[in-house]
Amino acid sequence: MSIKTTSYYRDRYVRHLPTSFCTGCGNGMILNSFVRAVDELGVDLEKILSVSGIGCSAWIPSPHFNSDTLHVTHGRAIPFATGAKIFNNELTTVVFTGDGDGAGIGGNHLIHAARRNIDITTILVNNFSYAMTGGQVAPTTLLGLKTLTSPYGNLERPFDLCKLMQAAGATYVARWTTYHIRELRRSIMAALKNKGFSFVEVLSQCPIQQRRLFNLRPSDQLDMSSQILEMFKESTYIRHMPREENYFYIVPKGELSLSRRKVSNILSENSVEYKIGEVDRLFFGRILKVECRNIESFKKSLNLVKRFAKIGKVLRSRSGKIGLGVFVSKSSKEFTDSMREISAFEKGVEV
Amino acid sequence: MTLHIVKKEYIRSETPSLSHVKDSSTRVQNGSVTMKNQEVVGFNGDEAVAYAVKQSDVNVIAAYPITPQTIIVERLSEYVADGDIDSEFVCVESEHSALSACIGASLTGARVFTATASQGLALMHEVLYATSGLRCPIVMAVVNRALSAPINIHNDRSDMMGSRDCGWVQIYAENSQEVYDWIIQAFRISEHQNIQLPIAVNLDGFVISHSMENVYVLPNKDVKKFLPPRKTRYKIDPTHPISFGGLFLQDYYYELKRQQEEALRQTSKILDQVGKEYYKISGREYGSLEVCGMEDADVAILCMGSTAGTVRSVLRKLRADGKKVGLIKLWLYRPFPIDELFSVIENLKALVVMDMALSFGAPFGALCSDVASILQIKKKDLKIFNVIYGLGGRDITPSEIEDIFNDALEIAKTGIVKDYVKFVGVRE
Ligand SMILES: Cc1ncc(C[n+]2csc(CCOP(=O)(O)OP(=O)(O)O)c2C)c(N)n1
Ligand SMILES: [Mg+2]
Repeated sequence: MSIKTTSYYRDRYVRHLPTSFCTGCGNGMILNSFVRAVDELGVDLEKILSVSGIGCSAWIPSPHFNSDTLHVTHGRAIPFATGAKIFNNELTTVVFTGDGDGAGIGGNHLIHAARRNIDITTILVNNFSYAMTGGQVAPTTLLGLKTLTSPYGNLERPFDLCKLMQAAGATYVARWTTYHIRELRRSIMAALKNKGFSFVEVLSQCPIQQRRLFNLRPSDQLDMSSQILEMFKESTYIRHMPREENYFYIVPKGELSLSRRKVSNILSENSVEYKIGEVDRLFFGRILKVECRNIESFKKSLNLVKRFAKIGKVLRSRSGKIGLGVFVSKSSKEFTDSMREISAFEKGVEV
Repeated sequence: MTLHIVKKEYIRSETPSLSHVKDSSTRVQNGSVTMKNQEVVGFNGDEAVAYAVKQSDVNVIAAYPITPQTIIVERLSEYVADGDIDSEFVCVESEHSALSACIGASLTGARVFTATASQGLALMHEVLYATSGLRCPIVMAVVNRALSAPINIHNDRSDMMGSRDCGWVQIYAENSQEVYDWIIQAFRISEHQNIQLPIAVNLDGFVISHSMENVYVLPNKDVKKFLPPRKTRYKIDPTHPISFGGLFLQDYYYELKRQQEEALRQTSKILDQVGKEYYKISGREYGSLEVCGMEDADVAILCMGSTAGTVRSVLRKLRADGKKVGLIKLWLYRPFPIDELFSVIENLKALVVMDMALSFGAPFGALCSDVASILQIKKKDLKIFNVIYGLGGRDITPSEIEDIFNDALEIAKTGIVKDYVKFVGVRE
């Protein structure tokens, strides 16, 4: 296989550049993964219909992707796509939606399309807020997060969208982040191939709104966008991978640097070989990460750390993290096929 | 019956014109009495809405964000968070849910506010009728914005005009000051025992909602006195169970709708009463409509909202040239102020009605259709034409308004109307 250049993809698949996305937005990366997935599968561009509602994520296909695109009202992309798919079931129908668009105002359509198992691939960009309108609270905003419309901290628990889709009957369900860009491409391929309702959730960065949303302290090494990607990596685990045992997280109580110094002192005094650093985590904010080659030696000093370093909590490698991976992949009767079987049966035609 | 018409001078006075008061003597007097207590604040239209709502001691706010309304919701949630107001604030999952939640709250006796725009208002459509049918005195700010498709976020009034028959009282404000004043008055009017109907206070998207202006705000205690807590005879109360929203078929539905219409028609009277009281505390006078230069005008423009400001400035210029032009600014669009309008157009020769929305396939834009239909009753000889303008945020310029006035003057002279509907500012 020859290596394909960026211009190869751009010339074939993108008809409108530059995109309207802010610098560092995750949507460009998602467009990229989608383009590569389509290319690798060899799907005929003439046969792709992308439908999107209202929100930043809606601009991933519209007007950039070089096939038919339909940009509709807020939350309603799935019903529009359903209509198109029902009449023309040759179409590869893809819905791009946001967390507000797809799980908030359009949440009803999402569950019913999954229940029906209609052959639509839905790519939902979860940036934990209504980004386009200025970062208001969404049904995916984490508990306690402060937004413009929840300045006292969000009181509502967020949806676990993959669980919701699984329960509703989707036949392919996966979750990745924009950090996991290769896995994302592979999941989009599997979703496009699946004959039935496929749901791919992408946790994505919005450097404009999430700095305030996650209360991120700018770092001098990374730009905001990369910092959020690092946070995604640190806040998630891949379900089928073995549990990593060689590190822990320490949630500080009070001043982070003080906790860091105290923990370091105690570990050094007990001659533990360790590496300590600061990381951003969803739910927790900036916390300490302690890596040890010999984790048993760390575990032994853990009680001392807990007693003398005045820390909040010690977290094992997976605790409080969001699981990524493929949650459902099964085959089940597809809706438009069933419709055609019935009408063929009525006409006495064998299928 | 004496009709209440608010007049505004077109000759600029030396003292800064702070209010719509009748003549300069009362203005000076007011300058020393009521205006003294008022603070001047820099507010855009959205912030003026939020501040007025804050002072109105609202119990429940339910909303969903949409440009250009978002600032209203954000300010309100800040006020709630800072403890400045004691309201329950809920961010629901759509406008449909927002207005539905508002109805629920209103039926329990709460004072309720919401705000939306464009697609949001369109999504509320079925609930708009439920609100007026259930006689819920909810106040809503509608930040006027064009409707899809194609997608557009800028100002026109297709949103509210598309729902104009929903039984809500509909008011259009010209600037942030009016927005502030109308929101406070709206609660008083809608909660009046004889009215009990929802009110939509409209403000032009971006042009008003996002433009910073000086706004005179009343002291909290004055608003509190003007607007005591809501009292209602009928509410959801387990100790006195009542059914709301029952089934009314051929037997009673019609009677109910007739009563609803009667209540809506009474609004202009109550609005005048409330306006008089508000004038006492604010020095700013409100009513169904405001006129400028109508005493001796040959021709006039009738319009609503922010457009009136541009028309007034052109009017001043033309008046200086000796042209007898006038302005009628409608504040109250529903119920339509029929008598008030008649009383100001008696000596007019030509009238231009400006619509910032299209009624596809109709003889005129919605506003002009209303005006034309009532002229048929009382003043058949008045020449009239309709201007459609500003769709999707297209700006209307002073020179375009000047042309419109000149067209009207020409018609007044010749008596011949060539185009009954003019699309101004469009590339054709
Ligand atoms: C009926 C309706 N209500 C509200 C809006 C305003 N609106 C536009 S985008 C948006 C939020 C989009 O959030 P999300 O779906 O999460 O997309 P993101 O911008 O975060 O990618 C809202 C509320 C609208 N366009 N239509
Ligand atoms: Mg979002």
